[in-house]
Amino acid sequence: MALKIVKGSIDRMFDKNLQDLVRGIRNHKEDEAKYISTCIDEIKQELKQDNIAVKANAVCKLTYLQMLGYDVSWAAFNIVEVMSSSKFTYKRIGYLAASQCFHENTDVIMLTTNQIRKDLSSPNQYDTGVALTGLSCFVTPDLARDLANDIMTLMSHTKPYIRKKAVLIMYKVFLKYPESLRPAFPRLKEKLEDPDPGVQSAAVNVICELARRNPKNYLSLAPLFFKLMTSSTNNWVLIKIIKLFGALTPLEPRLGKKLIEPLTNLIHSTSAMSLLYECVNTVIAVLISLSSGMPNHSASIQLCVQKLRILIEDSDQNLKYLGLLAMSKILKTHPKSVQSHKDLILQCLDDKDESIRLRALDLLYGMVSKKNLMEIVKKLMIHVDKAEGTTYRDELLTKIIDICSQSNYQYITNFEWYISILVELTRLEGTRHGHLIASQMLDVAIRVKAIRVFAVAQMATLLDNAHLLTGNMQRNGICEVLYAAAWICGEFSEHLENPVQTLEAMLRPKVATLPGHIQAVYVQNAAKLFATILKNQEGNTDSTAAQETSQMMIDRLPLFVQSANLEVQERASCILQLVKYIQKLQQKDVEVAEEVSALFAGELNPVAPKAQKKVPVPEGLDLDAWINEPPSESESEDEQPKAIFTKEEPKHSRPRHTEVDEKELARRREARKQEQANNPFYIKASPSSQKVYQEAPGVEHIPVVQIDLSVPLKVPATTPSHPTGLPMSDQYVKLEEERRQKERAEKKKKEKKKRKEKRSGRGKKHDSGPESEEDITPAHVVDIVTEEMPENALPSDDDDKDPNDPHKALDIDLDNLLETTARRPLADSEKLPVRSHRAAGAPKSSAEDGEAENATPQEPKKKSSKEKRDKKKDKERDRKRSKEEKKKKKHKHEEKEEDLLGGQAEEPVVQSEETKEVEAQPTSTSAEVSDLDFWLSNAPVPSNTQEAATVAEAAPAPEAPAGTAADSEPEEPKDTETEESKSSKHKKKKQKKEKEEKEKKKKKKHHHHHHHSDGGGEESVQNGTVEEEEPLPPMSNYCLLAENSYIKMVCDIQGNLQDGSQVVVSVIFENKSDSFLKSMEFNVLDSLNSKLQRPEGSGPHDGLTVPFQLPPGVSNEARFVFTVQSIVMPQKLKGTLTFIVKNEDSSTHEKLDFKLHFTCTSYLITTPCYSDAFAKLLESGDLKSSSVRLEGVNMPFHHLLARICFHHHFSVVERIDSCASMYSRSIQGHHVCLLVKTSGQTVSIDAKCDEPTLLGNVLDEIKQTFSQC
Amino acid sequence: MIKAILIFNNHGKPRLIRFYQYFAEDMQQQIIRETFHLVSKRDDNVCNFLEGGSLIGGSDYKLIYRHYATLYFVFCVDSSESELGILDLIQVFVETLDKCFENVCELDLIFHMDKVHYILQEVVMGGMVLETNMNEIVAQVEVQNRMEKSELCNQN
Repeated sequence: MALKIVKGSIDRMFDKNLQDLVRGIRNHKEDEAKYISTCIDEIKQELKQDNIAVKANAVCKLTYLQMLGYDVSWAAFNIVEVMSSSKFTYKRIGYLAASQCFHENTDVIMLTTNQIRKDLSSPNQYDTGVALTGLSCFVTPDLARDLANDIMTLMSHTKPYIRKKAVLIMYKVFLKYPESLRPAFPRLKEKLEDPDPGVQSAAVNVICELARRNPKNYLSLAPLFFKLMTSSTNNWVLIKIIKLFGALTPLEPRLGKKLIEPLTNLIHSTSAMSLLYECVNTVIAVLISLSSGMPNHSASIQLCVQKLRILIEDSDQNLKYLGLLAMSKILKTHPKSVQSHKDLILQCLDDKDESIRLRALDLLYGMVSKKNLMEIVKKLMIHVDKAEGTTYRDELLTKIIDICSQSNYQYITNFEWYISILVELTRLEGTRHGHLIASQMLDVAIRVKAIRVFAVAQMATLLDNAHLLTGNMQRNGICEVLYAAAWICGEFSEHLENPVQTLEAMLRPKVATLPGHIQAVYVQNAAKLFATILKNQEGNTDSTAAQETSQMMIDRLPLFVQSANLEVQERASCILQLVKYIQKLQQKDVEVAEEVSALFAGELNPVAPKAQKKVPVPEGLDLDAWINEPPSESESEDEQPKAIFTKEEPKHSRPRHTEVDEKELARRREARKQEQANNPFYIKASPSSQKVYQEAPGVEHIPVVQIDLSVPLKVPATTPSHPTGLPMSDQYVKLEEERRQKERAEKKKKEKKKRKEKRSGRGKKHDSGPESEEDITPAHVVDIVTEEMPENALPSDDDDKDPNDPHKALDIDLDNLLETTARRPLADSEKLPVRSHRAAGAPKSSAEDGEAENATPQEPKKKSSKEKRDKKKDKERDRKRSKEEKKKKKHKHEEKEEDLLGGQAEEPVVQSEETKEVEAQPTSTSAEVSDLDFWLSNAPVPSNTQEAATVAEAAPAPEAPAGTAADSEPEEPKDTETEESKSSKHKKKKQKKEKEEKEKKKKKKHHHHHHHSDGGGEESVQNGTVEEEEPLPPMSNYCLLAENSYIKMVCDIQGNLQDGSQVVVSVIFENKSDSFLKSMEFNVLDSLNSKLQRPEGSGPHDGLTVPFQLPPGVSNEARFVFTVQSIVMPQKLKGTLTFIVKNEDSSTHEKLDFKLHFTCTSYLITTPCYSDAFAKLLESGDLKSSSVRLEGVNMPFHHLLARICFHHHFSVVERIDSCASMYSRSIQGHHVCLLVKTSGQTVSIDAKCDEPTLLGNVLDEIKQTFSQC
Repeated sequence: MIKAILIFNNHGKPRLIRFYQYFAEDMQQQIIRETFHLVSKRDDNVCNFLEGGSLIGGSDYKLIYRHYATLYFVFCVDSSESELGILDLIQVFVETLDKCFENVCELDLIFHMDKVHYILQEVVMGGMVLETNMNEIVAQVEVQNRMEKSELCNQN
């Protein structure tokens, strides 16, 4: 063995190390590839040796070769070997190589799971660190699933170095294994307040990354981030948070309002440009999200624009670039503020830096108005001429078109000008955007009817000069324009000045060199032209002209008949035969023009791009269903050639049955009819569907100006052989100027007249500011035809979402987790898998162990007098109800039965102190959500927040009387509340010295202990942060259902918002015995009003099998859905749980009876409501009112509110001092509004609801809740 | 997120490549070539941001780079990163290299690619910024180097 090692190290002396390899490669510049291949051979030899040092050296060299582009995946297994070395040095080499060349499909990755797990738990933090770093690069879904729990544990490692890495890598884990997000999130959130700034920064980083993709789920974290923003001094963290706020504000405008001030302060105070820039960016986002108009906002906008101007004017190109970038964001909502800096932006167009020029171009897009469009485009056209490099020029070209066509040609007042701009653009050499120009030409010509005469004339010239465009075939892109030209000339041929000449131009032999699809259009439109010519000439006495035209067609078309392009060939031969036939008729002096032009009759309307997609699927049509019997497999194999088409359009691959019976035919006909009815292309244009887009005070109101044409509309005016002569568009600019001036003068005259006529008139009727936008009327009455959409098009705008986005899977409702963990704890299936437990078969993770145990509320052992009172009340209520529903006899019967049982069975306890103490995490977060509303609606001074927090922490809170604490912090965020809640707890304890209180203490200790161990090394600090998040005493809505010596059941009842008649009952079963519980069956005796939902096919009295078994000491949760009809009354259902208790030697059947109590509260669902909507609701007068008084309530007001929120599913609408309005909604849509007032120990609740019975019951339940504390 | 970090010299020779998303080796080389082509034709006095690398990412991604003597340091990042922040980060990274190698030059990167990787790993992890404090980075790197040394001594 020793000999082997010695031998190994001697070998190594002769091996090349990385440096030698690099040196060698540098010395073999001529035959590098050859040298490297010999090196690879050597490496292969080295990898075969046993010595790990040799292997590591080889792997290190491979990493270098990988950088040079060599595939080294063949050595993947050796890399894994080196990774698993016990020496840090080699391990690091291995992980580096793995992170460079492993990926999801590397099969050896699955061998690494255990090794990585071992490294993660290594006592050496650098082993762990290296493993985390490596894993972050090649984590796969499998690795993520298997290691999620280990990594989560590392998030609480004692060393911040590991903590921050573990936090960061969680993001990658979430991406690969989205199920881990919910269970890991609370701890991740905790890390936001980690004492180590690096860890904190990492947590901010991860949450920002998550929130960027699914911002709405993270809205509830806003207060926490706000606190961080006002306290952190780390610019990196600040930037991230500020960016995050930028993503959140669009969802919550109130957040934006809160942000403006601190952000403005930062803008003024910071010296870091990066921070300043991000602040400006977020302020812009805030302003976009707020409806503008408030005076202080215009100040903020001014501040932003002013700061950005400073950036743009800076000599640092980077700042200039970013300034322009941010400016373009302001532009979208506040174009006016940006437009005043037009000079600066135009200046940037001349910058030597292309990135900056492009940004400036973006800005121009939003800065145009009717007034300056022509001017700006003219400037751009100059740039087009000057521009070197096709990319930039193409960019200019697209921008010009974008600018002009934006919002339905809103800014174009003169379409003749625009057409001539487009024609000028066709002269660009080597542009790739021919099709863009073409589609613009088509669009304008089709939609702006008034321009057609002009457009046709221009297009005819283009066709005439086609040789200029196509002369150099290299400039292929631009010939697309001819496609548009030919189509326009054909379609609107009635406007052509000289159709014969154009026809001749379209049939030139040179055309055959054009791309096929263009030729096809040429041929087709030649036919249209031909029809028009015939029509024109038929009136003439001389028929020779018409015959000449036919002859020309017959002479020229054969060229196209021979075309290699199928489309061209087909069209040409078809038309050729047609013309030949026409010629025959002509020779017989038969009038054919009418019939020929009938071929092309009717107008084509533009169809919106998404029209086809939006056609609703007609009722009864199942697109996925087979029309014919699906082919048997053998059949499809026979038809192999068809398989080619299967890929593209599976619909066409249906087997064609040769014999089709009559029925089938009829059915198909019917289907086709239906299809046509919904096909946009078959819709006849109805006049109503064409909107007039230009501002329309009625056509007659538009002063139609006779244009004094100094430039004739006929295009030949520009030398046809050389259209480069002078830019036509310039002449139009001049013309337009003159026209506008004239118009203005005319208007002034009119106005003067008017003023004279009636001086007391109501101001200006024409609202003509001196140069207002609206003043500029278009040159001619332009009606822009809107694109057609199918009737009842589906209003779906989410067409653009990418279904393959990995972040989609991370759209997990964390609020739900935060808000109501007590009600919806992590289901077992959601917990992170742990290896050891999985092996044991127990469905629980160690991390959650304590929590799950704690989550099971203890049974209250004493039967207090209060409870007895409650019982009485219940009985009374039941009696009342039975009176009311006398008609329903059966129901009544059941009711009675219930009543009887109610006396015997244990009363389901609504709330006990103990249950409240148990669940720490959920409540802290639940309070936080309602906190968000508090936080947003109140306006605390941010700087105070911290002071208050520190003061509260410093004070020896436990002894402080609760009342004063409550008074001192009506609007403070939770930090102080924590202390306060503690104090109130203590006070209570002093007051009531009862036995179970002691128990509670114990439990509490236990609970805290659990948290401590969780927190790892930093016990005290960790604990501090946990406490900070706990503003209220913990509460739980789980209440005891039934219990015996084997099993305990606690349950929570929740309405289902999606279905107004469903209630979900979550039951936690806890095995209290030492035996194994199995075959649990849950059954409930249905009432008329409420029924347990059973799987299809089972009878009305069958029980539901609980989908798990319980090993000793384990608890698990199952959910049962009930349908209810009326929700205005509380009710009770009797049920039984049967199960088998299995011991080592025996097994017995056991059962446990229980009573489910559906309170009216459980039909309510926490629904946020804005104060204005709330006010409206109250004003509406549809609501019946009722009120209740609570005496001797000894708790701070916000605790009281939180209790109502939590236990009765209300949300706070508004809170003013000791008065609050609250809202909730039932699953059937009843509104419940509360006005809660407190003075001293008396609380009065005025309530309104559209269902008085429901309201009465809810109030009773609230009263009951408070009578218990 | 940072999608890739590339270091190459004035001739486009890669000195360090670190992709945080998988690309096959030939694709990686193509990206390096394209990036070099885009970056190298820019003057030193134009801005350090570049859009339009077609191979990585798409419209959401930007190239942010700095040019030091013979080397280009290029970061490809998406819109969640602050542009100026990344520029600072490049500076931090280069200064860290300078500290660790004592007057770093291209040759250091050529012969010690692995070490450069180890330093980078302390700055960026899995495409997210891990640490921006130079002293902290240098400290961690040094501890690990010491561990390596002691391990090698023990062996010999």
